[in-house]
Amino acid sequence: MGKLLVKEKEVVVPGEDLAEGMDLLPGEGCYRDENKIVAARLGLVKVGGRLIKLIPLSGKYLPKKNDVIIGKITEITLMGWRVDTNSAYPAMLSLRDATSEYIAKGANLSQYYAIGDYIVAKITNVTSQNLVDLTTKGPGLHKLKGGRIISVQPTKVPRIIGKAGSMVNMIKKATNSKIIVGQNGLVWIQAEPKMELIAVEAIRMIEKYAHVEGLTDKVKEFLDKAIKGGR
Amino acid sequence: MSYKRKDRALDEPRAIEAKVGVIKRADGSAMFKIGKTTAYAAVYGPRNIYPRFLADPTKGILRASYAMMPFAGVGERVRPGPNRRSREIALVTEQALLPVLDLSEFPNSVIDVIVELPQTDAGTRCAGICAAAMALADAGLTMKDLVAAVAVGCIDGTPIVDLSKEEEDYEGEVADIPIAVLPRSGKISLLQLDGEIDKENLMKAIEMGKKVCRKIYQIQKAALKKKYEVTK
Repeated sequence: MGKLLVKEKEVVVPGEDLAEGMDLLPGEGCYRDENKIVAARLGLVKVGGRLIKLIPLSGKYLPKKNDVIIGKITEITLMGWRVDTNSAYPAMLSLRDATSEYIAKGANLSQYYAIGDYIVAKITNVTSQNLVDLTTKGPGLHKLKGGRIISVQPTKVPRIIGKAGSMVNMIKKATNSKIIVGQNGLVWIQAEPKMELIAVEAIRMIEKYAHVEGLTDKVKEFLDKAIKGGR
Repeated sequence: MSYKRKDRALDEPRAIEAKVGVIKRADGSAMFKIGKTTAYAAVYGPRNIYPRFLADPTKGILRASYAMMPFAGVGERVRPGPNRRSREIALVTEQALLPVLDLSEFPNSVIDVIVELPQTDAGTRCAGICAAAMALADAGLTMKDLVAAVAVGCIDGTPIVDLSKEEEDYEGEVADIPIAVLPRSGKISLLQLDGEIDKENLMKAIEMGKKVCRKIYQIQKAALKKKYEVTK
């Protein structure tokens, strides 16, 4: 029977032994060295049955198919738009994936998306060379107008969204704001100026205490206090 | 004939200190201090690579840079900018770190490791490698292991560990051997030799160095864990 050498939810560093025994399996962020399972990155240990994996605590965004991201238009080309994805790899938004409208030949593309615009887009394809294709056709995908964009650590995004969007919905409701969380670590917030600031602070708080238990209650407490104090 | 130290044992390194996350804007960063030698390392990336022709379509590349600050402490001003020595050390730093890194996830991109030393008292490339390894782990990259490094050597036929500048400049037979060790496997990813040493003493010195590297690894590990410890 395999033996765990570290506690669950412990922070481990690359090269640290996690478990012993051939019946346990190395998951994401781990590898096997003889009969041991070893950490291959810095992360938080998570055990699910026989599988041991690591939840990353830091790192840049790596484009993944079907992720909804917030991107910035950096270039207009003959075939469409080039978009900065807040990662090492820029993405392409081709003409036919950009809009269902008819775009005439030689039309001025900046009337759809101009350089510097932020868009909510979905990744349709990522090649082995990490060439990324985007689409803005689909529910909830559009150009962003107004509001503000903050950047958070991409590894904390699942925590900001919460289970089935519980965390972000709580902030939205409390501050009466519109929030879009991109998987790439960019977050768009629009609300009354005061509420916008409170929402930003709440998100920063989640980012800082991402792996503390009972975070939802803590954020709730903060929101109640901040909104009452602000009025 | 045999060399003696006043303040510490022959196989004992100077006081070591390490801290992770010292440069907030970087993707990963660390400070490593051994005696009076202080190294800071910052990691940026994976990010877009320029100039474009350097890109490797099969895997990401690691690009290290090394610099001593002008006031770093050799007595006279260190001229800023790359020179032959810093180019060499950047190269061996890259090669010492590459065996643990898995960059296949990041084709056509670069990971920049920038090492700066505000104060030096020998053993700078080793301190730089120790700091860089921590910074790479802090940046969340896939790594098989960390890398620990220390300079070993031999003075008048006596193997010693972690030479200070004073010892490097000792009048007599001195060998200076920086080594980097992957603590899990005990494999060596950097081995340079300056001076003369016989085989027996070399093996002895490397064994002593490996022991110290295991100690350094514990310090690196503790520093990394400290940054990410859950703040209640």
